[in-house]
Amino acid sequence: MDIGFSDEQQLLRDTARKFLDAACTTKFVRERMATPEAMTGEFWAQIARQGWLGINFAEADGGSGLGLVDLVVLMEEMGRAVMPGPYLATALLGGAAIREAGSPAQRQEYLPQIAEGGLKATLAAIEPNARWDASGVMLTAQPMRGGFSLAGTKLFVPDAHLADIVVVAARTRDGSTLEDGVSLFLVPKDAAGLTVSPMPSIDETRKLCELRLDNVAVPQTAQLGEVHQGWPALARVYDGAAVALAAEMCGGAQRVLEMTVEYAKLRVAFGKPIGSYQGVKHKCADMLVEVENAKSLTYYAAWAMDEGQPDAPLAVSMAKAYASDASRKVSNAGIQLHGGIGMTWEHDLHLYMKRAKASEVAFGDATWHRERVATLLGS
Amino acid sequence: MDFADSPEYAAFRSEVRRWLDANLPSEICVDDAADQRVAPDRETLEKRIAWQRTMHAAGWVGLSWPKEYGGRGASFIQQVIFDEEYFRAHAPILPGHSALNLLGPTLIQLGTEVQKQRHLQPILAGDERWCQGFSEPGAGGDLASLRTRAVDQGDHFVVNGQKVWTSGAHWADWCFLLVRTDPEAPKHHGITYLLVDMKTQGVTVRPLVLLNGHRHFNEVFFEDVVVPKENIVGTVNEGWKVAITTLMFERGGAGGRDHAAQIARLVELAKQFPTRQEPAWNQSHVRQMLSQLMIDAQALKVTRLRGLTRRLRGEPPGPEGSILKLFGSELAQRIADASSTLLGPYATIDGATEAVPDSSRWAHRVMGARQYAIAGGTSEIQRNIIGERVLGLPKG
Repeated sequence: MDIGFSDEQQLLRDTARKFLDAACTTKFVRERMATPEAMTGEFWAQIARQGWLGINFAEADGGSGLGLVDLVVLMEEMGRAVMPGPYLATALLGGAAIREAGSPAQRQEYLPQIAEGGLKATLAAIEPNARWDASGVMLTAQPMRGGFSLAGTKLFVPDAHLADIVVVAARTRDGSTLEDGVSLFLVPKDAAGLTVSPMPSIDETRKLCELRLDNVAVPQTAQLGEVHQGWPALARVYDGAAVALAAEMCGGAQRVLEMTVEYAKLRVAFGKPIGSYQGVKHKCADMLVEVENAKSLTYYAAWAMDEGQPDAPLAVSMAKAYASDASRKVSNAGIQLHGGIGMTWEHDLHLYMKRAKASEVAFGDATWHRERVATLLGS
Repeated sequence: MDFADSPEYAAFRSEVRRWLDANLPSEICVDDAADQRVAPDRETLEKRIAWQRTMHAAGWVGLSWPKEYGGRGASFIQQVIFDEEYFRAHAPILPGHSALNLLGPTLIQLGTEVQKQRHLQPILAGDERWCQGFSEPGAGGDLASLRTRAVDQGDHFVVNGQKVWTSGAHWADWCFLLVRTDPEAPKHHGITYLLVDMKTQGVTVRPLVLLNGHRHFNEVFFEDVVVPKENIVGTVNEGWKVAITTLMFERGGAGGRDHAAQIARLVELAKQFPTRQEPAWNQSHVRQMLSQLMIDAQALKVTRLRGLTRRLRGEPPGPEGSILKLFGSELAQRIADASSTLLGPYATIDGATEAVPDSSRWAHRVMGARQYAIAGGTSEIQRNIIGERVLGLPKG
């Protein structure tokens, strides 16, 4: 038993922090989030060179062959910096879906390009029903000569406006179970009948889009994995993304706690630093409890996923449920303890609060994951 | 990052499990050891003493004590594994626990050779039971303001005063006691750490019955009690340092209670227990409540393991340690509260009922759970400690 990070992981953390402290200041975040790209080409090329884009791809697919525990280290640092742009969409959603479901030829075609920074991707999973389970996939894919025709709407698709290819989850049949009949397709951004329009999300660092597919024709070769059998791969992508977001929330919440403690030491009211009052001090202590427990569950989930432990899905849901609540509570408490200044546009806290909110509800909120925990425990 | 036991530790774990399976008498098992830290009656006490002797004969008592003092010299991780298996098997807390975990390790570190020879063996063998004479009516969270007075009379001290919250004093043969020997000195420097025979004339034990009827704690009165000077641990007036050593053992306990079994029992009850003609488990709010408790219990467990890893790696203690007491005691309270949400009026019945055979147990938890966030430093004190020592916030 050793529940800590290796020297290599510590080095990864130190390197990432040093790079992000210099290249991803909150000034940079604010400038970038005001643009549709939320990113610069130079920054993207730098993170590609450091191997971040292909961190979880096999070496044969141009990646680093590292696991979720390594990704967790990176995501904590990215969360700390509120790193903007389509990292989640490209590496952890679109890229991960190709890794999980793609044929060797498809992996060879796309993953090295993604890892090198030359191709952006995303995953179009949920729909106006906003359900994260298989029943939510209702967009239809009808067989047609030489391929399929896709029709329907996808919502809340991260950074689809930047993606060169979109992995679309579609229903190819009403199977015996809700999971049976879900298929995955690769749709290029210029496909006829595909309309991408922005959904104005409160978190401007990570844009969301609506996708309308109006009888989009895709060839047989666009099929990702076996027809009707796409759900298990999709579920693995969701679980990986949930753990990654949990880690990102831990990193963001840790930073909010630090900013708040720093402020509570300096800000004087009634002749004393506000951090000396128990009303403030005890809230800070509670914030620490939230952050540390969220980290614990996230680390366990990442390890369980990497090791293929039987309780991995349970561990993932525990981590996402706890981290979702914790990051909301911590970012709200951070604003409360800063008082009026915390409510301003000028102060950086709102960047964290908005990211926390966006991540809280992505890939299942706490209520959704608690229900999954209950199902897994109760069966 | 590795949550699995190494092959060597996995072998140790199965050795412990096999031995407990073969030797632990089911009649002394308890649902949750923390519910009953002190034997409720003489008969139970005698059975537990016999159990400690069985364990001692097999070499399981004083596992992490050095071999030269009768221990097994086990590594810290072995102690952790043993504790996990011990609680898992529903074994009771040993009658000797405060001596085994607090006084013994303190004597090994700071006691005289004579004290070690006199006490360590009987402590291991279950022949000597000890109580901790620290808290006073006016000195709880602020322990160093204690006022029990010991006056130097040449070769002995004469002790007068009162201790309170003395766990198991009614079964104890000895007491490790903090007294004030210099009232003029700054409060951390006039304290002495004494070993007192409870049979000495002038020692009176009076039960302090808790609101749930448990007779676990006591008040202990000292009236002109004579304590020979060879019973000083450390030096006169510098007993605070010795006390800190004891308190470190108290707070750094390896074990750690796993709440999952209690929550699993509530899930089981929820599936059977009918409300509105169907199992309570069918209601979303019940599932949400119980799965949140499971999540919190797992969070606590992993946070504890992270703290252990730091200790094993020889790193300074991280923030994890301070969290365990605060979050753990409040979790125990929330589990008790959840039982009454789930069981309704059954949670108020102190006896078995047809629908809930263990309703008495839950009724007692509902009443008794309040103490977890008070004993060993209240939650408010814990939040001050986290705020000041971990986060570096200024003192009030």
